[in-house]
This record gives sequence, structure tokens and C-alpha cells, in this order.
Amino acid sequence: MTLPPFPLPDAEAQCRALADLIRPRLTPDTALVGIYSGGAWIAERLSQLLQLPEEAGLIDISFYRDDFAEKGLHPQVRPTQIPFDVNGRRLILVDDVLYTGRTTRAALNELFDYGRPAAVELAVLADRGERELPVAPTYCVWNLELPRQTCLTLGRDETGLLSWRVEDHA
Amino acid sequence: MHNPQLNSNGELIHLLSIEGLPRGILTHILDTAASFLGITDREVKKVPLLRGKSVFNLFFENSTRTRTTFEIAAKRLSADVLNLDITRSSTAKGETLLDTIDNLCSMHADMFVVRHASSGAPYLIADHLKRVGRDDIHVVNAGDGRHAHPTQGLLDMYTIRHFKKNFENLRVAIVGDILHSRVARSDIHALTTLGVPEVRAIGPQTLLPTDLGRMGVQVYHDMNEGLRDCDVVIMLRLQNERMNGALLPSAGEYFKHYGLTPAKLALAKPDAIVMHPGPMNRGVEIDSAVADGPQAVILDQVTFGIAVRMAVMSILAGN
Repeated sequence: MTLPPFPLPDAEAQCRALADLIRPRLTPDTALVGIYSGGAWIAERLSQLLQLPEEAGLIDISFYRDDFAEKGLHPQVRPTQIPFDVNGRRLILVDDVLYTGRTTRAALNELFDYGRPAAVELAVLADRGERELPVAPTYCVWNLELPRQTCLTLGRDETGLLSWRVEDHA
Repeated sequence: MHNPQLNSNGELIHLLSIEGLPRGILTHILDTAASFLGITDREVKKVPLLRGKSVFNLFFENSTRTRTTFEIAAKRLSADVLNLDITRSSTAKGETLLDTIDNLCSMHADMFVVRHASSGAPYLIADHLKRVGRDDIHVVNAGDGRHAHPTQGLLDMYTIRHFKKNFENLRVAIVGDILHSRVARSDIHALTTLGVPEVRAIGPQTLLPTDLGRMGVQVYHDMNEGLRDCDVVIMLRLQNERMNGALLPSAGEYFKHYGLTPAKLALAKPDAIVMHPGPMNRGVEIDSAVADGPQAVILDQVTFGIAVRMAVMSILAGN
């Protein structure tokens, strides 16, 4: 099977497009929370593009995954860092790829252990469909369909540049 | 030889001793603990990893502090925790250790945290669980006889890494009753595995084991010599019962030679940290001025200990 779509879009341009979608709806109480690792990079990028005064929160969902019983603990857990009080804030959860929706579910559960935000929205670069939970993105710049065994991941090179990678898991 | 702590994929299924564990597993535990540390700053001080699991604290030997930190760790992972005061119940009525274990298995335990006065008791339990086909139950050694206290060893390593950033250039001294100390044994194995180039043991001849040289440890009987230029000083508790035997003349005499005073600590590096597994005997192995001084990190050890035990339990439960 050939891997659609070639060539892969420019992730940096997509970040700018995502920022353009978010900008008109920014409020003074908006804060970003990026999901490790791809979402964290995008949240940092959006933070610069939107000139937000605050650093983005970074969240590692390893302790909230629903497949812990089957897969065990992720070998590389990073500390979740939310440098602001989430109570009453309007949060935008940021991820690279929206797929089954399970990561979003885990991130929501973790966020609510920090307090009660006024609202949570979801911003993603790519939505590849095949949802297993009732989750929809608020902001998304790329809709695509991929075969199940194909893995779409965001990478970051040593200069900090973001780019897409597609791999087949036979 | 097969290591009973690891499954066929080399993953940790029991934590019985630091001896024989690869550096990667120790580092993974320390890295995971770092992520658990932040949980106490949140509104909800819990994560759902062990929700629906039952952790049984089996303390065949008293230790309120260690039991409490395991209990807090398990509860912050959302596990149900049962504390069994074995010394006052079934064992007192004559039940054997393995009969007790079989009974608890039938109560659907998922993890045993075991403290026992006999070296090797947690190994016996892990071996028994395998034989009866219940090796889905994980065993954590919370101190067995003179043998090992692996979570204390790991929290000591976490503390050292937190303050000293890495292990590669350190000079670490362990002071006191090393012969009877499972903490010292676990610390020595952990320090060696993590690549600390110089580990020193300081104490009177009667309280040092004879095999220290074989473990790569340098032996000192003079504290002034042993502490010189150290980065980390680990003080051990002098157990009072040792005083009754012929091992030591008196607590006062011990303090004079091996008690950590500000003057002796001044021989170590100026930024040296002072650790102690607790409970402390002030005026026996440590002077109050040191215990309460700026170089002591003894209370940090307690905080880190909870995060390290959370890391151990969640890694075991996932394997």
C-alpha cells in the first residue's frame, strides 16, 4: 500500500495556520497546555506565534493512560509542569495527532486533578479520524485518512524545526 | 543465574535487592520518581495508576515510618492499602509465613510490601508465589534482616542525584554500623551500579563486614581521614541493641570517635550533603548542629522516598 499523502505538508506552516485559527478567539484568560512530546513542541511554538505572556503548560499523560494494565508504565515519563493555576482558566489542550481520542481523555482527567478550568478546547495539527471516544478538535489544520498500521508522528530536529514522519508498522 | 526479580523480558516484577539489577532499571526508577514528585503540589494528590489494586503491607518487624511511607505511596497511586500487623496476629498464633501468604493470595492481593527480620524472607515469598502460579503478585522488599532495603537505597540515590546532578565524580562515605545495616548494603550496591568511583566505609573494626574490599569499598577506621574531601556523607543509625553486646564500649565513646560533628563535617567538601535513613540518635551518631544544619538533607530524603516508592510500585504493577 502506498502511503498518502505525498509529499507530507510543512509542519511549521501548519503551526502558523493553527495560530491563525486560534488568534481571533483568544481571551485574556487563555492558556496553552501541550501534551508530550509533539503537542508540547507545538504549544511552545504557538505560544511564540500568539505572543502569549505565559509559558505553556506541559503534560505527560503516562499516569492516566487506559492501557497501563496491558502495556505497563511508559519507559520515559516526564514531569507534568503547569506553571499557572488552572482554576477558572480557559485552556487550549494542544496535541500533534488526534486519532482514537484516548490521549485526549487521559489529558482531560489529569488536567482536572489540577483544578477546575472554566473551559477546555482542543487544538491539533492533524486529525486522522477513527475515533474510539466522543472527542472532537476545536482547531485543526489537516484532516487525513491513514491505514491502521501506519504511524504518523511529529519530529523535531536539532535546530528545533518540526516535521512529519510516516512509518509503517507491519 | 536467573534473577528472580526480572521476568523473561528482563523487566522488573519484584524488588528484592539492588544487587544484580542493571543500571538501566535503577535509572528508570529514579527518572519515574521525578515525575511523581510534582503530584503533591496539585489539588488532587493522586494518580489513578493502581486504581482497583490491593497492596498489602506485611510488616513482620515493626517500622512505623517505612510502613507509613509505603502506605502514602500506594494511596497516592489510588491503590487500596491493607496494613497487617503480623507480629500481633497470625504468626503469634503459630501460622507459618507461607500459610499467611496463601491466605492473602485468596484475598486477591496484587502486591506485597514485606518487612521481615530474617534475611531472604521476601525471596522465599516471591519463590513461593511462582511455585503456586501466582507470580502476577508483586513483592517489594521493605527491609529483610541484615540483607537489603532496596527502596531506601534507591531514595538515597535519588537524593544524591538531586543535589549532585550525577554520580560520575563523587566520593561517598558511609559511616557507622555497616555490619548490621541493610541500608548500607543496598547503598553500596546502588552506588557501584550507578558508577560512583569512590565509596568509603567508616567505622570501628567490630562494626564493619570483612567483605567490603571485595565490594569495591575503601575502609577507614579514622573518621577524620575518611571524611576528607567527600561529596556525600551517609550516617547510619547506631542500633541501641549493639551497645549491649561486646561490640561497643558506650554511646559516649562511639560519639567521640564516629559521631558527626560540625568540626568533622568541615573536613568533607564545603558543599557536601549529610544523609541519614532515620530515625536519628542525636548525640550518638550525629550532632544536633549537623542534623539541623544547612548541609543536612535528611527531611528531603523522606519526601523523595515517597516518590521513589510510587515509582517502584507503578513500574512493578505494569510489568
